[in-house]
Amino acid sequence: MGKSESLPSRAKSARGALAKAPTGISGLDEITFGGLPRGRPTLICGSAGCGKTLFGMEFLLRGALDFDEPGVFMAFEETEKDLSENVRSLGFDLDRMVAQNKIAVDYVHVERSEIQETGDYDLEGLFLRLGMAIDSVGAKRVVLDTLETLFSGFSNPAILRAELRRLFRWLKDKGVTAIITGERGDGALTRQGLEEYVSDCVILLDHRVRDQVSTRRLRIVKYRGTTHGTNEYPFLIDEDGISVLPVTALSLDHKVSNERIPTGVAQLDDMLGGKGYFRGSSIMISGTAGSGKTSMAAHFADATCERGERCLYFAFEESTSQLARNMRSIGIDLDKWIKKGLLRHVASRPTLHGLEMHLAHVHKNVKDFDPHVVIIDPISNLSSSGSQADAEAMLLRLVDFLKARGTTAMLVNLTTGRNALEATDVGVSSIIDTWLLVRDIELGGERNRGMYVLKSRGMKHSNQIREFLMTSEGIKLEEVYVGPEGVLTGSMRAAQEEREKAAALAREQEFERKQRELDARRAALEAQIAALRAEFQSVEDEAALVKTQDKTREQRILEQMAAAQKRRDGEAGNQRQGNGKRNRR
Amino acid sequence: MSTKGSKGTDGAAAEKWELRLYTAGQTPKSLAAFRNLKKVCDEHLSGRYEIEVIDLLANPRLAKDHQIVAIPTLVKKLPNPIRKIIGDLSDVERTLVGLDLRRQGT
Repeated sequence: MGKSESLPSRAKSARGALAKAPTGISGLDEITFGGLPRGRPTLICGSAGCGKTLFGMEFLLRGALDFDEPGVFMAFEETEKDLSENVRSLGFDLDRMVAQNKIAVDYVHVERSEIQETGDYDLEGLFLRLGMAIDSVGAKRVVLDTLETLFSGFSNPAILRAELRRLFRWLKDKGVTAIITGERGDGALTRQGLEEYVSDCVILLDHRVRDQVSTRRLRIVKYRGTTHGTNEYPFLIDEDGISVLPVTALSLDHKVSNERIPTGVAQLDDMLGGKGYFRGSSIMISGTAGSGKTSMAAHFADATCERGERCLYFAFEESTSQLARNMRSIGIDLDKWIKKGLLRHVASRPTLHGLEMHLAHVHKNVKDFDPHVVIIDPISNLSSSGSQADAEAMLLRLVDFLKARGTTAMLVNLTTGRNALEATDVGVSSIIDTWLLVRDIELGGERNRGMYVLKSRGMKHSNQIREFLMTSEGIKLEEVYVGPEGVLTGSMRAAQEEREKAAALAREQEFERKQRELDARRAALEAQIAALRAEFQSVEDEAALVKTQDKTREQRILEQMAAAQKRRDGEAGNQRQGNGKRNRR
Repeated sequence: MSTKGSKGTDGAAAEKWELRLYTAGQTPKSLAAFRNLKKVCDEHLSGRYEIEVIDLLANPRLAKDHQIVAIPTLVKKLPNPIRKIIGDLSDVERTLVGLDLRRQGT
């Protein structure tokens, strides 16, 4: 409700233009940018049973309850008692509101067979009644349902048309925001051409059945002086009244969070930059049957509840107890969280409702439970309750809705056929922020699971394929073997690892052997060096010895020569003696 | 249905016509209606009628309580059945039919 209250001020301030009266009908104030034109009449038209009366009633009741604007309901078709009973099914106590003077109801009974027309008349009685009802509660809102009944009650169309024109003028003068309902005619919006009197705002309601699924739709045919959504918007009537579902959020201005939330699988956190998903982002897990998608989702749910946050889990395949049992086998206790009120599990068959009803169901639960995380498992089933395009539009709306709330959305998608792994049955891939793919890897007579991050906007993420193991302690992601032999998983990976381990051991032994060999060689070389050095030393010593010997010899030669010289010198004198000396020798 | 009514206009002679004319102020239509009503009654119900004029401007609550939409409206309260005649009663034939003083189509 807070949203719808803030909207009108924005619409007003935008151009200082048209003042609007919020309807309080969820979704309608968004597509009308604030509500119905204040102080002017709005025509609601549609075929029988399309919800016109309820629309008008909810406008009044919400006005009285939420916006402190009392209202008058002038009924031409249903009595006060009928009306009161009808709105009780929407959770409103009309009688009490009448007693509190917040709503005035006037049933106008017009029956042609009881009336004889005898000349000129006007509808002043109607004006008086309306005026009195407005004054009695100080009404700001008026609903006339269905004004066209007058045309069957009175036979003079000229008078009626003049009076209607006067009525609308009078309503504008009174400054009340009015809703006039009208039955849809052939080729025209209303049977009696009421649209020619009400020129400010015309809303068309429609109720169609396609493929045995009924869908209510609403379209703003015209809204003078303001912008408005122009699409056909599905709407629902359930125990909370009407809710209109904007097909797409009209703006893409939702705030984003930089906060990261763990995925519940530590190794997956690592793959996503070490921190997990962004809060408020949309996450898709797609994969073939039995690839472990639900287990991934359950991990995420478990992690969410572990943090004390609320998680809303929509299951279209498994019942609550079945899911709980299955997840227990991988060590996740979901029952615990359900008991604590942190996890709400909503299981239904996709064919139970039409798509819009599903969407509304989700909306309602989300508004009611206010979860931090919403998981839908799987989305692919939804296309069985509507056409592809419808399912796509619905998911788009859903993701937009959750994003606008800042709720993290996890969609699980079952891919059928092995070729289209990276496509979704319902083409929503473009609105997904983080997309995880779980796939089978068939190798060596085994079927193993591989997982990788297909995309993850705004964060560093691993490009690796990890092997995905389901153990009794939950999911484990293993590094897969990628090498010259290709990608190996399962026992082949294990075998390859064993082989590599053996090879490593062998390599180590070889290395040690070589080391030893080298050591020995070094030792040998060192010994050799020592021997050589010893040899060198002896050579050196010898060289020194030789040198000294040579020197001595030289000395002696020199001495001898000197002695010989001396002797020769002496020979001349001793020539005579020399003979004698030589003789002596 | 009363036994008297079954005797037709002669038997109805003893009955009293209780009429109520709803107006909203002294509008020309209301004045015309009152005039026309008086004339018809004087001609056909001399001395056997009673007209009560209710001005809804003075008492708007009665419009709701008595299911009045058109103005002027003449309500024949008695004899049964109750009938509503709207308009300024300028169409005398229809007025007579409405007051059960003449059968429709005759």
